[in-house]
Amino acid sequence: MKQLLLAIALVVLSLLSNVALAAGSSVPLDKANYDLTDQASLQNGARIFMNYCLGCHQQQYQRYSRTFEDLGVPAELGQEYLQFTGEKVTDYITTPMPQDAAATWFGAPPPDLTLVARVRGADWLYTYLRTFYVDDSKTFGVNNLVFPNVGMPHVLQELQGTPRIAYEDALIDGEVVPQYVGIKSDGDGELSPDEYDKAILDLVNYLEYTGEPSRLSSEKIGKGVLVFILIFFVFAYLLKKDYWRDVKK
Amino acid sequence: MSNVSNDANESASNDQPQSTNRRKFLTVATSVIGGVGAVGAAVPFVASWNPSAKAKAAGADVEVDISGVAPGQLIRVMWRSKPVWIVRRTPELLASLEAVEGDLRDPNSDNEQQPVYAKNRYRSIKEEYLVLVGICTHLGCSPQHLTDGAFSEYAEGVPEGFFCPCHGSKFDMAGRVFKAVPAPLNLVVPPHQFLSDTTVLIGSDA
Amino acid sequence: MNGLLNWIEQRIPMMRVANMHAIQYPAPVNLNFWYVFGFLATIVLVNQIVTGIWLTMNFEPSAERAFASVEYIMREVDYGWLIRYMHSTGASAFFIVVYMHMFRGMIYGSYQKPRELLWVFGMLIYLALMAEAFMGYVLPWGQMSYWGAQVIVSLFSAIPVIGPDLVIWIQGDYVISGATLNRFFALHVIALPLVIVILVFLHIIALHEVGSNNPDGIAIKHKKGSLAEEDKTSYEIHEYYTGKYDIADDVVPFFPHVVLKDLVAFSIFLAGFAYVLFFAPEMGGKFLEHPNFEIANPLKTPEHIFPVWYFTPFYAILKAVPDKLFGVLAMFGAIAALFAMPWLDRGNVRSWRYRCGLHKWNLIVFAIVFIFLGYLGGTPQENWKIIASQIATVMYFGFFGLLWIYSKNEKTKPVPERITK
Repeated sequence: MKQLLLAIALVVLSLLSNVALAAGSSVPLDKANYDLTDQASLQNGARIFMNYCLGCHQQQYQRYSRTFEDLGVPAELGQEYLQFTGEKVTDYITTPMPQDAAATWFGAPPPDLTLVARVRGADWLYTYLRTFYVDDSKTFGVNNLVFPNVGMPHVLQELQGTPRIAYEDALIDGEVVPQYVGIKSDGDGELSPDEYDKAILDLVNYLEYTGEPSRLSSEKIGKGVLVFILIFFVFAYLLKKDYWRDVKK
Repeated sequence: MSNVSNDANESASNDQPQSTNRRKFLTVATSVIGGVGAVGAAVPFVASWNPSAKAKAAGADVEVDISGVAPGQLIRVMWRSKPVWIVRRTPELLASLEAVEGDLRDPNSDNEQQPVYAKNRYRSIKEEYLVLVGICTHLGCSPQHLTDGAFSEYAEGVPEGFFCPCHGSKFDMAGRVFKAVPAPLNLVVPPHQFLSDTTVLIGSDA
Repeated sequence: MNGLLNWIEQRIPMMRVANMHAIQYPAPVNLNFWYVFGFLATIVLVNQIVTGIWLTMNFEPSAERAFASVEYIMREVDYGWLIRYMHSTGASAFFIVVYMHMFRGMIYGSYQKPRELLWVFGMLIYLALMAEAFMGYVLPWGQMSYWGAQVIVSLFSAIPVIGPDLVIWIQGDYVISGATLNRFFALHVIALPLVIVILVFLHIIALHEVGSNNPDGIAIKHKKGSLAEEDKTSYEIHEYYTGKYDIADDVVPFFPHVVLKDLVAFSIFLAGFAYVLFFAPEMGGKFLEHPNFEIANPLKTPEHIFPVWYFTPFYAILKAVPDKLFGVLAMFGAIAALFAMPWLDRGNVRSWRYRCGLHKWNLIVFAIVFIFLGYLGGTPQENWKIIASQIATVMYFGFFGLLWIYSKNEKTKPVPERITK
């Protein structure tokens, strides 16, 4: 009986993990090792978001004040350096771009990014933002590996530099064949490739935070609750034993 | 625990005193822990009734431009969805405040109905400007501002004051309550500060 | 104090009911862990009702505001995220405990005579629960809410003649819309919970009338006067039971013995529940699906759409049949077959402990097939899965067919007179 249950539990677990893998895209995704406790990273991510993303995308479910508070930014500093829209610090993070006009420019209004990390996943975002490449056949002159034919310009190009698909000659079966080896910047950006990856990781970290601002406090409370349940279990178990030892078996 | 299973064959009738104590202890301990858990589980449900971030944002500090307020005039602004009065009192009115003190319940503002910086005869930071929450301390109606002698109908010899139409409570022009009316306390002075000579911020102290 | 209690008791039988249905209710002594899921289901029901009431305090049931108001609850209401996750995790937990509870009934024959109605009430609860869960999933108005509703409501269009008009009537519009959301909200927060609570009440009344089954599947109540005095239980059992029957020394009182057992099970369950709630509320996209964090967009269907995990076995059956009407019929037939369990099983022995080896294997294979169907219905379509889901569908119905055949003249093991010690 117990083995049967165990077997069923294992089957269920393996199915669940299969599903998690299947939800990806055709390009292998790079792992985003983001850290929600790293406030410096979150602040840098917020800075990048406010400067490069907010021009088109909003986070209409999140308030500046909440963001500043959770990221350890004093409200006055936040308003001065991070808030470019809205009047009050308690305003929602909205874009100055009129949404219906944007819909006609881009075909669809740029999606709200409050919850994008929960829709796409951190790894997808981390890979997506690092796999734009020059493709002159597209409207915005760029294409993307994980989001083919994306209808968005590469707004971070001034940081990354001009990204190109890089090939290296490889010898396969005695023939020289160009092999895809990744995306390389021309080096005309403000950041080195490592710095760019770090900047994107910060941005992903920030988006992960806005997707679920309650995550950190949730895990903190959760640990206490689990310890409490364990203590309750011990006493409930002993009490149950105590009553049941009288029962003839 | 091992000794528990050892005497598992004993029947219910011959409980040893020791085990009765153990059972009592376990019953009490489990109940207490369970009770604590239940209270803990209630916390989020109780706390969720607090004002939300939205309500707090709507109840944020209010900046008021008072440059256009003429002497003797009263203006009303909204702060946390409550009426707040700002009155620019004339020198004559200020001078008359002392005269009524004998008829007041709390002339020295001993009850904490105002921030410390407004605990004075004028109940204000600048004598001229009175800032009050316009809610009667009796049952929450908003009193009327009666001027030009209209108030003396209710308080003999006092030309100007606040009169609550609901249950007849009376307050002088510093928001101090008269004796023998239902309202127990002076009107509330909200936390406020002067950002400049012509702007007052209602909601927070300097 | 006693005087007051007596005064009340003479006017409303509170203590009598408490004694009869809880404190002095005779429970078989050999109830094992399979028997905790009824209690757990009750706990989860209470959780859903309480957190549900609290969610309605801030949720706004309109197409314009529903999605934003859920995020408002998640971000701006103190502990709103906790209450919301308790509700969403509770929905999945409900189905986990209910599936375990149902399988328990199947392996120990708890649906057999005289518990047919008890089983049918249970199945009605399950049906109401499915409707409740489906409508609840529409409320956050995300992409899966919208397109899930689209697919499920479209099932009714398979009904000949009236189907298409029926769909429009259910939707209250030509597509799933704010009108649909609003009526689903009304059904989800008032109508169906009321139905479920009444059915649970009837389920428990029926249970206490016929008595709890047990892993041996044998009776603990014996004909009056058939038991010797030393074979009767020494516990204080309510006269409602002892008056009609001799209760064998095979029982414990529900309180405290069974309650304490349930309490231990409850704390284990709670640990798992809290773990998911605080550390993995999305459960890898199974409890809260990723596309549902995007607001409903009638112009764009998500790449893959499936119902939430607890519906996927039936969804797989629907997809396995290459015909719209027959697919829908097969899906509802899969649920109807469960309703018919008491009459499909023609055996006289309840517990699988004393039934033939084929029965044991039939049950185990059925459980595996059900889980496998769940996997097929909850993952993206691939070619091999079409055949696999057709085979699994046949095996699903095969369980009932086999049961009907072999239970007629089944070779069973001898059943003990009294509960095995």
